[in-house]
Amino acid sequence: METLFACCIGFLTACGVFLMLRGRTFPVVLGLTMLSYAVNLFIFSSGRLTLRGAAVLGTTEQYADPLPQALVLTAIVIGFAMTAFLVILAIRARADLGNDHVDGKLPDATNMKKESR
Amino acid sequence: MTLLWILLLPLLGALVPVLTAKWNRSACALATAIPPALALMLLLYHAETILAGESLRFFLQWIPLLGLDIVIRLDGLAFLFSLLILGIGLLIILYARYYLSERDSMPRFYAYLMLFMTAMLGIVLSGNLLQLWLFWELTSISSFLLISFWWHKAEARRGARMALTVTGAGGLALLAAFLLLGEIVGSYDLEIVLASTDIIQQHAWYPLLLVLFLLGCFTKSAQFPFHFWLPNAMAAPTPVSAYLHSATMVKAGIFLLARFYPALSGTELWFILVSLTGLATLLVGAYLALFKHDLKGLLAYSTISHLGLITLLFGLGSDLAAVAGVFHIINHATFKASLFMAAGIIDHESGSRDMRKLNGLWQFMPITATLAMVAAAAMAGVPLLNGFLSKEMFFAETLHQHLLGSLSWVIPVLATVAAVFSVAYSMRFIHDVFFNGQPKGLTKTPHEPPRYMRVPVEVLVALCILVGIFPGYIVGDLLHAASAAVLGGEVPEYSLAIWHGINLPLLMSVLALAGGTLIYVNRKHLFDFQNSLPDFDALNSFESGIKKFAARCEQLYDWLDNGSLQRYMTLLLCAFIVLAGMPLLSLDTLWGGRDELAVDAVNAAGAAMLLIAAFATVIWHRKRVIALLMISVVGLMVSIAFTRFSAPDLALTQLSVEVVTIILLMLALFFLPHKTPKQSEASRVVRDISIASMVGVIVGSLSYALMTRPFSTISDFFIANAKTGGGGTNVVNVILVDFRGFDTLGEITVLGIASLGIFKLLTRIPLFKPSSDGDGRPWAVERHSLLLSTVSQSLLPLAIMVSVYIFFRGHNLPGGGFIAGLVTAVAIILQYIAQGVDWVKARMNVEYQRVVAVGLLIALFTGIASWLFNRPFLTSWFDYFDIPLLGKIELASAIAFDLGVYVTVVGSTLLILASLGKMTTSHRPVHKESI
Repeated sequence: METLFACCIGFLTACGVFLMLRGRTFPVVLGLTMLSYAVNLFIFSSGRLTLRGAAVLGTTEQYADPLPQALVLTAIVIGFAMTAFLVILAIRARADLGNDHVDGKLPDATNMKKESR
Repeated sequence: MTLLWILLLPLLGALVPVLTAKWNRSACALATAIPPALALMLLLYHAETILAGESLRFFLQWIPLLGLDIVIRLDGLAFLFSLLILGIGLLIILYARYYLSERDSMPRFYAYLMLFMTAMLGIVLSGNLLQLWLFWELTSISSFLLISFWWHKAEARRGARMALTVTGAGGLALLAAFLLLGEIVGSYDLEIVLASTDIIQQHAWYPLLLVLFLLGCFTKSAQFPFHFWLPNAMAAPTPVSAYLHSATMVKAGIFLLARFYPALSGTELWFILVSLTGLATLLVGAYLALFKHDLKGLLAYSTISHLGLITLLFGLGSDLAAVAGVFHIINHATFKASLFMAAGIIDHESGSRDMRKLNGLWQFMPITATLAMVAAAAMAGVPLLNGFLSKEMFFAETLHQHLLGSLSWVIPVLATVAAVFSVAYSMRFIHDVFFNGQPKGLTKTPHEPPRYMRVPVEVLVALCILVGIFPGYIVGDLLHAASAAVLGGEVPEYSLAIWHGINLPLLMSVLALAGGTLIYVNRKHLFDFQNSLPDFDALNSFESGIKKFAARCEQLYDWLDNGSLQRYMTLLLCAFIVLAGMPLLSLDTLWGGRDELAVDAVNAAGAAMLLIAAFATVIWHRKRVIALLMISVVGLMVSIAFTRFSAPDLALTQLSVEVVTIILLMLALFFLPHKTPKQSEASRVVRDISIASMVGVIVGSLSYALMTRPFSTISDFFIANAKTGGGGTNVVNVILVDFRGFDTLGEITVLGIASLGIFKLLTRIPLFKPSSDGDGRPWAVERHSLLLSTVSQSLLPLAIMVSVYIFFRGHNLPGGGFIAGLVTAVAIILQYIAQGVDWVKARMNVEYQRVVAVGLLIALFTGIASWLFNRPFLTSWFDYFDIPLLGKIELASAIAFDLGVYVTVVGSTLLILASLGKMTTSHRPVHKESI
């Protein structure tokens, strides 16, 4: 199971990173969201995987580690705030600048060449 | 305590000229002289003790944790330097009174001078390395101010900048050296450091430490190849040159050599570095001095040469050489300061410093000429003057060393050569200026200076003669005490006699005098040769070097910071790949020994869906709505994963956040293009895919390595104390609202700030209003679906009830403020979606900013309330109550805190979504044309 879990984390990270490297704001937002899934799963997994062991006292013998869970819980909420802020920033940038490129200006032909170097 | 006042008086003295600026010039100068005069008296009060070989110490604890204390330590060496600083400083004050013209701001000059005096005294009196360094830097700064005193002249500004750059860079090296010393010895106290010779010299850092230390000393004392700043600092007023650039500041480097002589010297490395640098400086300075047409330029190079001589003496490694070094410090300070002042008088009274114009001044100013000639003779090393004595000792010591093995004979020969040039330039100073025909092209007729302007020169020249004739009487005790401090106790036998019989040093002196005369007489050929060499302007090449360096930095900066976010991300990720990948390479196997759980069908199916959905998001990322749908599947799978692996709280949170996020992104798409144009080139895509895969592989491997490793956690404490200490059985919730409540308070604050930021970002936004969706379809005419509005209305009370239930059970079962808040928010947002902003506003007119604030205040005051019971911030309290109808119920203060969390989450979420949503409805254009 751990192998599969690690594969999922790795794949989510790769997808998130790829999207974050795009040039327009919306894919970058999607990429960050994806990356935060991966990060949350990663932190969560540092408490190791436990089946049927929710950390509610008296319900089971072997409890899952509650500390990473508490960390991830707030991380999810903060992650939402961050995504929201970013996406509104993207809207504002588009409204003010007239395009949705991450640099605030569309790359012209010469810049394109430079960037791809 | 009197020690402290020696340091404080000149510092207070910096204020005196400013306060007395309105008085007449003489009164102002007199008032300025009082504090240093008092300090000098305090110093002399201790003379008997110090000359007897004892040392005094004043200690004031400041920041013991950093090893930084205020320690003032007066021993023989510090006494000698303090005497020079205060004594010559007083003479300079008198001299400057006449030197500065009416147009110059005399109070400003005096204030800088006093500041410098304090800094210099601070260096020599410090008993703590860090404190010493502080004063060291202060001398660089105050000397910058003094050199640039005539700031309207470009050369003064440039010279000051150069001096500051060179000595400041050296100061940094010195700081590094001191920090290393402090690390090695374990203390910054000077006495402890000086007593730890063996520890320091056997340490592996010793070579590095020594090089850094010497860099500091050599830049300050203008040693080759850092000597170039000193001639350019001659743009300063002459009193500054006389004081800083001959008697005191340039000696600070030498002082450090002497101060740390017991701790750092004695090794091969010390001898090689110090003696060879000294020798090179001695030769270069003496040779170049001869060719300077500027009086002060000649003296500047001569100073460089003499500083090299002293450095060489400290590098020779014999005790007697160190004594000779100390002696020459005294002698050089007296004759060079008087020569500078004489040069200043000549400049002042004849309007020029150019030796090609100045000739035959003897007839105009015989007294000044006599004084200058005596001082110059001392500089040349003529018998019966002080310069002769220390030079004799120097020659004797060069003969006794064996530094270069069988080539050691080279050093006395080169020393004699340098002395030859020294005699030659001294002779030029005398003959060219005071004799050699008539002045050419002077703007005014030279004459004697005001009576009192000459006094400082007279005093110093008198000292030159007295020391030269009665050395034992005048400086014997002082020299002995200072040498004892340098050598750390034992002072070897030496004799300060004028006549030692006919010996090799005397022969060298005679050779130098004869050779110097010969060279001066035939100087024309040498000048022709020197003129045929390519001209090298240190100032320009230094500045162009700095400019080139700055331009390179700018290029590098432009290359790094080209304004492209993608570039930054790529660099950052590449750094991650290197830094996180390297340790993995050295790991033998990823598997850490923990058995894996078995994969069941449900988990496998879930993982497969997650992978497919993630992949689909990437594939279709340019069709934004589809990508959004795909990513919501990923989020759903993540929350299911949390359910499977025993994290019900996380699953609930993730699920509700997922809903809110998707709604938000949907709304956002209203304002953003619905499709991403294809822009990346194929090569770029390949590059990004490879970066992404590498990062993915590294993170996946890390995660696998982490999960399969044996496990120890601090959570047992939380599990054991959740019920007894926090009064709840849901450990995750108890951690959030109790154990780590302060963290949670911080986190909801961040949430609140983010939502307020968003609110602010959306005000007065120049809206981009699309009139149709991405495919050109016009917006639906029917605004709100009847079905949805009916269902949502009936859902609202139910949803609220569920959220209240989740909230209250949260302390004991999965749930809590975060989740309940999100559920409530989703229910209210559903009303917005189904009925429109106006409808909701008519029924529930709440400003969500206030809700956020209220929530934060509730949480904060719950925390503060525990202060009322004399408990630390956020201590929780709980008890059980019997309430009619409800039965026995547990009430915990954590519930109130959780309420704060709940309200904040509701407020923030609604503030974010409602602010954005409002714009989609109120501004929606209704016409049906496609874009």
